[in-house]
Amino acid sequence: MAKKRDENYLFQPLTGMILDDQARLSLEELCEICGISAETIVDMIDEGLLEPQGRVPGEWRFRCYEVRRVQVALRLQQDLRVNLPGAALILDLLEELEELRRRL
Amino acid sequence: MEYKDYYKTLGVARDAGQDEIKRAYRKLARKYHPDVNKAADAEKHFKEIGEAYEVLKDPEKRTAYDHIGTRWQEGQEFRPPPDWNAGFEFSGGGFGDASGHYSDFFEELFGRAGMGSSFHGRRGGMRAKGEDHHAKIMINLEDSFTGAVQTITLQLTEVDATGRLVALPHTLNVRIPKGIMAGQSIRLARQGGQGMGGGPRGDLYIEVAFHPHPLFKPDKKDIYLELPITPWEAALGATVPVPTLDGRVEMKIPPGSQSGQKLRLKNRGLPGTTPGDQFVVLKVVVPRADSEAAREIYEKMAAVMPMNPRSALGV
Repeated sequence: MAKKRDENYLFQPLTGMILDDQARLSLEELCEICGISAETIVDMIDEGLLEPQGRVPGEWRFRCYEVRRVQVALRLQQDLRVNLPGAALILDLLEELEELRRRL
Repeated sequence: MEYKDYYKTLGVARDAGQDEIKRAYRKLARKYHPDVNKAADAEKHFKEIGEAYEVLKDPEKRTAYDHIGTRWQEGQEFRPPPDWNAGFEFSGGGFGDASGHYSDFFEELFGRAGMGSSFHGRRGGMRAKGEDHHAKIMINLEDSFTGAVQTITLQLTEVDATGRLVALPHTLNVRIPKGIMAGQSIRLARQGGQGMGGGPRGDLYIEVAFHPHPLFKPDKKDIYLELPITPWEAALGATVPVPTLDGRVEMKIPPGSQSGQKLRLKNRGLPGTTPGDQFVVLKVVVPRADSEAAREIYEKMAAVMPMNPRSALGV
């Protein structure tokens, strides 16, 4: 049975969503992917952790790399008891660090 | 089963106070958190610290653990004495995280009910989405240029019918999207951990990295190539062949070019709605003066074209 499933995969490669800067996500999609409520997203926007395009929530469009920002922020809050402003600061510093490492 | 020295893991004395244990844990957790620490074993370390703290922060569990005695060494083969925990009662953490983050030692002593939150853990509930999984794959630069399908096998930890954790190989064929860059992730919905209580599966995130390429160095969507040229090609200009991800092209080198100069082949980088460019960095290769004729030419150059390439250095 398991073998049959694997064969199916061979014929139908899975197509994932690439988390890059081209695609844009709605508020609903971001909530679904990250498994969190719209209120949490709004808190993160207020903190400057997320910067969607669009003026009203229905028009908000998030860049895909913001999925990762949300996920890291949630883990930092849960695992290190960092509050939201602290998580936002850590994320900015981590991204700066990555950029510097990339240039090395 | 190996004995775990939780005091050693947190770097505290056996008689350390609860405050001291908490401080030691917080400090180590910050240091080894896998989002912050990019070392390969950071996640393993973080889990060990979490497990040690899970036991030592809880007075009941700590007393029970201390009860085993001090004659054990970290890593030593361990069998718990029969009825070792009689008289102790452990309350479950209430998280019900079924992802098997704890050591055999921990599970033998405290059971799986004693699990608390941990890295990637999810707030529980009766029905919950499964855990998101993260994996890394190495692909060739060419796979990103043309798009490709890659077969990957991951170890999935699942709970079988008897409640035991089993590792199952999970083979997936994943489409590598054209133009994907190093460090980007592909999200495969519902390919992660089992949901609980009929909840949906979690998602699978695959982070992409490139195998080192013998010629090309990627920087985001751009491709860098070092191109050796002769002094006369640099001085007089020339049309020379250049390898690109799409095969060989001809490129014009303007007269008066220098080593280190960067020429751009527009849109020859990784594809996308805004494709990257290929940057060709010139490297002038000087022929050896290994014959009398060659030596004469160099001497003539020195006489006809005297120059001080170090004038900007003030010497």
